[in-house]
Amino acid sequence: MKEREPLFSRKNLRLLSEPINKNNPITVQVLGICSALAVTVQLKPSIVMALSVMFVMGFSNLIISLMRKTIPSRIRIIVQLVVIASLVIIVDQVLKAFLFDVSRQLSVFVGLIITNCIIMGRLEAFALANKPWPSLLDGLGNAAGYGAILVLVGFFRELLGSGTVFGYPIFAELGLFKIGYENNGLFILPPMALIIVGVIIWVQRSRNRELIEEN
Amino acid sequence: MNKLRRTVDKIKPHFQKGGKFAKLESTFGAFETMLFVPNHTTKSGAHIRDAMDMKRTMVVVIFALVPSLLFGIYNTGYQHFLAIGESAEFWSVVWYGLLKVVPIVIVSYVVGLAIEFIFAQIRGHEVNEGFLVSGFLIPLIMPADVPLWMVAVATAFAVIIGKEVFGGTGMNILNPALTARAFLFFAYPAWMSGDKVWVGGMVDGQTLDAFSGATPLAQAAAGNTSFSLGNGAGIDTIDMIIGTIPGSIGETSKIAILIGAAILLITRVGSLRIMLSMLAGGVTMGLLLNTFAANPFMEIPWWEHLLIGSFLFGMVFMATDPVTASQTAKGKIIYGFLIGFLAILIRVLNPAYPEGTMLAILLMNVFAPLIDHYVVQGNIKKRMKRLKTT
Repeated sequence: MKEREPLFSRKNLRLLSEPINKNNPITVQVLGICSALAVTVQLKPSIVMALSVMFVMGFSNLIISLMRKTIPSRIRIIVQLVVIASLVIIVDQVLKAFLFDVSRQLSVFVGLIITNCIIMGRLEAFALANKPWPSLLDGLGNAAGYGAILVLVGFFRELLGSGTVFGYPIFAELGLFKIGYENNGLFILPPMALIIVGVIIWVQRSRNRELIEEN
Repeated sequence: MNKLRRTVDKIKPHFQKGGKFAKLESTFGAFETMLFVPNHTTKSGAHIRDAMDMKRTMVVVIFALVPSLLFGIYNTGYQHFLAIGESAEFWSVVWYGLLKVVPIVIVSYVVGLAIEFIFAQIRGHEVNEGFLVSGFLIPLIMPADVPLWMVAVATAFAVIIGKEVFGGTGMNILNPALTARAFLFFAYPAWMSGDKVWVGGMVDGQTLDAFSGATPLAQAAAGNTSFSLGNGAGIDTIDMIIGTIPGSIGETSKIAILIGAAILLITRVGSLRIMLSMLAGGVTMGLLLNTFAANPFMEIPWWEHLLIGSFLFGMVFMATDPVTASQTAKGKIIYGFLIGFLAILIRVLNPAYPEGTMLAILLMNVFAPLIDHYVVQGNIKKRMKRLKTT
């Protein structure tokens, strides 16, 4: 009889931790950039977005993995879409009910989680071929990697663009405006998010040399 | 001279491999080549090295920029005393200008060169000379009243994000000086556009109440095409050519710019093709707008576009940057023409961006490699055809 693998074996833990750094969906696979640029003007929507994606991704990976043997491969994409779309609608409704302000700020980008290529990519690449538990971990791990970048970008953009953290006017409290400091309007604009993501990639690669491709 | 050479040779071993300061090798090299022409000899094949290396090319550009800087210093003082309603002697005008302009130059050089040296040490490269010109250009395209810390931030951004991430001098896609200006323009719009920043001391409220610091370009954008200085005196064509009008520090005097252009062209450092085609592009767009003439700004004669704003300055010193411009002869013409064409188009038809020259040059910087690619491909295709027929 085969021995059961423990729930948090080293292999399973790696599914969770690898996408956060070494195989990050944004900085290494360069997926999901669009929403990372759009929702990160402030920290709060970034965090809400990260949690929403985590919810959708974890459950869609789990559900698809549970159904993986019954889905005919010809129509698997449409099945995946239905699952993702249902989960996104749940998220959207919950946000509208309990976090209306943030929901308005995120506007269409909640709905656009459906088209986030990370989710579809993980379903195709992982959930269709693996057991439910590892699939759930993989989904959560990738969503966490995505979310970590979102929060990082959101933090810098809010701090330098508006001088606040979570809406708390930290620079004004420190008295920076009195000595002539001014908020940097470029951080409000999406191009700066792209540059911040680029800088994060730069830092990550210089710390982790194996990520650098040879041309 | 020999004594200097001997001193340099004496301390040189300390900076080479195994020496005490081996880490600072590139820093030493940078200063050594500033004093002496580098003594490289080629090892294989027949090559002739021109004594005109990069450092000396850059110095020519700096010479070409000096007239603009000198006039900029004078004009900064001139506009200031006009604005506070006092008449002043020549030297107190120059003194005020020096106090405004020199700090900007120092900040731009100190920040930019510090970053260049740090990157060169980390990477073990030679220190490149590219920043000598960029550091000189940055102050010339700033308003007189810009806060110094903003200059520092913009310079750092331009050098790191605009240049070093691509691999340093010679590898950058965008013109570093314009990157610095574009950064400021989008990050701190209140300090890079509007009516106040162009005249020294106006932001602090030292000036007369009725004085308006609007540049001719801003006046034209507002539909007022009979330009006037802040105190109500009219600006005629001669003033615009001499440059006693408000504007960025180095861009106002067309005479100074043309002296610079002559130096660049005689020494063949600047490309005549780019300058002429950009001029043609601007004139074409100006004439095109004249024929439609739907608002006062579109009606101003085409040659006036060359005198207001920074069209000429961008044409002579920015568009001709050998790194970011197109390299092929045909490519240079397309590149220059489109810059001129777009610069006037953005300037007149987009009210959000009062000066189109900066944006047009940056945009075409991005397209320059593409233009080159198609010119080269076109040439290959043409020659392939010839090959087939024979």
